[in-house]
Amino acid sequence: MSEENGVIYRISGPVVTAIGIAPRMYEVVRVGNEGLMGEVIELHGDQSVIQVYEETSGIKPGEPVVRTGQTLSVQLGPGLLTQIYDGIQRPLPKLEETMGVFITRGVDADGLDLEKKWDFNANVKAGDEVSAGHVIGIVQETETIEHRVMIPPGKGGVVKKIDSGSFNITETVCKLEDGTEIAMMQEWPVRHPRPFIQKYAPDVPLMTGQRILDFLFPLAKGGTAGIPGPFGSGKTVTQQQLAKWSDAQIVVYIGCGERGNEMTEVLDEFPHLIDPNTNKPLMNRTVMIANTSNMPVAAREASVYTGVTIAEYFRDMGYNVALMADSTSRWAEAMREISSRLEEMPGEEGYPAYLSSRLAEFYERAGRVQTLAGDDGSVSVIGAVSPPGGDISEPVSQGTLRIVKVFWGLDAGLARQRHFPAINWLSSYSLYPQALDQWYRDNIASDFPEVRTEISTLLQVEAELQEIVQLVGSDALPIDQQLTLEVARMIREFFLQQNAFHDVDTYSDLKLQYDMARAILSFQEEAKKAIAGGAQLEDVVNVPARTDLMRGRFEKGYNDKIGELVSEMGKQISSSMEAN
Amino acid sequence: MSGKEYRTITDVKGPLVFLNKTEPVSFGEIVQLRLSDGSMKNGQVLDTSDDQVIVQVFEGTASVDRQTGVKFLGDVFKLPVSKDLIGRILDGAGRPRDGGPEIVADDMADIIGAAINPYSRQSPESFIQTGISAIDACTSLVRGQKLPIFSASGLPHNDIALQIARQAKLVDSDDDFVVVFCAMGITAEEYNFFVHDLERTGALENAALFVNLADDPAVERLITPRLALTAAEYLAFEHDYHVLVIYTDMTNYCESLRQIGAAREEVPGRRGYPGYMYTDLAMLYERAGLVKGKKGSITQFPILTMPGDDITHPIPDLSGYITEGQIVISRELHQKGIYPPINVLPSLSRLMNAGIGPGKTREDHKSVSDQLYAAYAQGRELRGLVAIVGEDALNERDLQLLKFSDIFEDQFLRQGRDEDRTIHEGTLDLAWKLLANIDTKYLVRLDQKWIDKYHPTDKKEE
Ligand SMILES: Nc1ncnc2c1ncn2[C@@H]1O[C@H](COP(=O)(O)OP(=O)(O)O)[C@@H](O)[C@H]1O
Ligand SMILES: [Mg+2]
Repeated sequence: MSEENGVIYRISGPVVTAIGIAPRMYEVVRVGNEGLMGEVIELHGDQSVIQVYEETSGIKPGEPVVRTGQTLSVQLGPGLLTQIYDGIQRPLPKLEETMGVFITRGVDADGLDLEKKWDFNANVKAGDEVSAGHVIGIVQETETIEHRVMIPPGKGGVVKKIDSGSFNITETVCKLEDGTEIAMMQEWPVRHPRPFIQKYAPDVPLMTGQRILDFLFPLAKGGTAGIPGPFGSGKTVTQQQLAKWSDAQIVVYIGCGERGNEMTEVLDEFPHLIDPNTNKPLMNRTVMIANTSNMPVAAREASVYTGVTIAEYFRDMGYNVALMADSTSRWAEAMREISSRLEEMPGEEGYPAYLSSRLAEFYERAGRVQTLAGDDGSVSVIGAVSPPGGDISEPVSQGTLRIVKVFWGLDAGLARQRHFPAINWLSSYSLYPQALDQWYRDNIASDFPEVRTEISTLLQVEAELQEIVQLVGSDALPIDQQLTLEVARMIREFFLQQNAFHDVDTYSDLKLQYDMARAILSFQEEAKKAIAGGAQLEDVVNVPARTDLMRGRFEKGYNDKIGELVSEMGKQISSSMEAN
Repeated sequence: MSGKEYRTITDVKGPLVFLNKTEPVSFGEIVQLRLSDGSMKNGQVLDTSDDQVIVQVFEGTASVDRQTGVKFLGDVFKLPVSKDLIGRILDGAGRPRDGGPEIVADDMADIIGAAINPYSRQSPESFIQTGISAIDACTSLVRGQKLPIFSASGLPHNDIALQIARQAKLVDSDDDFVVVFCAMGITAEEYNFFVHDLERTGALENAALFVNLADDPAVERLITPRLALTAAEYLAFEHDYHVLVIYTDMTNYCESLRQIGAAREEVPGRRGYPGYMYTDLAMLYERAGLVKGKKGSITQFPILTMPGDDITHPIPDLSGYITEGQIVISRELHQKGIYPPINVLPSLSRLMNAGIGPGKTREDHKSVSDQLYAAYAQGRELRGLVAIVGEDALNERDLQLLKFSDIFEDQFLRQGRDEDRTIHEGTLDLAWKLLANIDTKYLVRLDQKWIDKYHPTDKKEE
């Protein structure tokens, strides 16, 4: 028996054991008569344990297993954007072409179209010295995104010959003096982070247009966030909102072990949504990975690595990339399932003992970096977490919260009241505001941090007052505290609630968010004065201009009108005092 | 298909049989066991290697001994499919149970079912009117959705499922549904209830039934829903039918899954259920939907009973993570004598937004539904407060909301078992009528333009 070709000894679901073969760890092998793709995940005496990325039923012991010499890698180059892949970078449209609407097995597909010609524009010339990460040419990949073709890591030298023109991605576009040939496509093993020079501390916010996120619990470009919540609390809608509206230049959206229809929704919707930053369809900047709950678990395990590697690749071009993984719990469960087939010693709740280190390694691939070429690029990672029963004391939530810097805690109670986004403003947090405050002062308003503090203090105070209200009713409170409750209600209903499905309300830029927060504070101020002057709380609260201000946020052009609406509200509140 | 018969059983444990010295046997292969008394059992390969094969026996391992003959049939489990499935009653393993002939197969379909390529799906967006106000207004169902009923023992989930099956229709089309009904471990009495009702309304001729009852083999329940869904896929995607799959009780299914896991001595996940239960359930629930280029559809209504009425129990919990919402039946409302006792607050239809609105139901639908929720949620919360401080401590707004929550339960939720309300007059207009009990200034979820147009007292003359 050759070391290159072995046979199957055992099959247990997605895990196959082979003998007579001596592969390396994480090497890709071909399993069975159909040549199903698998990856070596354990070496054990003369046995090699393989996780198989496709259905294994019908396969027998004795069928062949063949080495490929490769580790699990993705193809990187023009053609990634607008594509939708399964967990191992097989383009789903390609699979549809060959298999029909149901995903059967045994079909290989390149991640990128190897035939398609792209217009390559060289921006270095013969004699130039180029090193790894150096951009040697540009391809206009989509309407809005230029693909910067780079020297792959580990290569470099003096350019001998480089041509602009029409090439496919495997043709040589650049030759170096030492004979190295560079094509537009490079490959990278997914389980290894791509190299960079150094990490910087993030100091620019990732703006998402979601008021509660940007204003109270901001994420920085290159930062990490976790969104745990029970089913139906809004993880997916929040992730999709981020994919739509965040001001990243590239978005990688991973549907990891979740619903098929949710991916279809993204596919249907994104080509028609206009990016507020570029005025072009959002699809142009998006790469999708869809390994839904009913697709093979081993490929689900791989999907987050496939996604984050693609994200790093665009980061290396100097882009700000945002990656969403919905849901990291399903990824963790895939690890658990494979681990239990390997009969590994289980840790907490059956998860493998290495769960938390895998989570940490994954989030560690986020960051704002100095790229090999010396540019600034970032990957922000936002992971949804699906804790059983909504109880975040479980291992995946806890492992995530130890690492991420932003916690957006979704709350079933709020979701039941249809308060969306159902992010609990008392338990959520962000560790970034300090690093970002200077940016807010310089770019939005000099008192931005102070306004934020006032708003969050009001919410804290409300929570304390609510406890009293539960005992005595709100009418028993002194008038100033009743006003505080009204102001807090306004924060919740007017500011924190934001309807993802409303054309206008779905997105508020940061300046508008600030204006809305100020409007609330100005209501508080005017109301205090009026009440001190003898006005009734009921009258102050019910001035028509306040309703107009609040309902106005659903109408186009609100940014321009809000100032006027606030001063009208002020006038009406003052006159409610005179009426008394 | 005539393979060798082995008599090499070494161990028998729960529903599992272990044997050795076989020729290579494939993963998932179907197995036939012949007992010493000549009777037959069926099974499936769960684990295979050169040294040992593990077989799960659907009928249980009672009377299996070391002399039992084991034959591997060389293929994975397949269901003979044909249009003739409609109108038939089969048992939990797919054999006729109605005394009729064997199904003449047009095709043999693998019951595991391949995943639908997410790129090939089509978004569900056709509103189904169920005639039940709570569902139509608040958790609207669309064709191709999977929407389970989360219930508990002693609650009328079967009546609700049947009412939906009877009344479900598209508002402006006369496409009919065929029903695929799948029973997993329910009692004969429950089963008869279903069959009689389907018979009474003539739906039985338009239905295919797969039946595993409480006294049928527990392990067989693991294949029964797969048979039902395989039939549904065939009817929907080969013959353009709109299929409504009702399966009950998912809780029994999950118990069987747990039993297999325990027999294999697997490391259990939460509360003893296997760690892969999420994936396993997804492989059932995700077999719903619409695909590009095919006319038919599969809409699923799984019914499950929450052990201990606990929605955080792994069975409802994992289901809720996969399905496109849930309809939650409430014991409290049931005890108040309200039918259907649907608690709309924890209920959800994730596909609702795609199925409602102008041209589909009505332009004000979304607003009305948001407002109903908000008002009812607040009203219910106030009930707790009133119990402590009395109504006197409430302000005007709170008093109105409190009163609304009672009216909502009594007039909106409550309806007859045969009452089929239309979405416009029956449900949305009724909602407006009830919302008119609250001052408009407190109805902050309603757009002014809908108030102008639909509010019964504010309504401008047309
Ligand atoms: N920001 C939002 N605006 C409006 N509705 C929302 C919002 N977030 C969540 N929802 C509602 O909640 C439902 C469940 O949200 P989803 O993100 O699918 O939950 P999860 O992924 O946590 O299970 C959605 O179908 C939608 O009806
Ligand atoms: Mg989700």
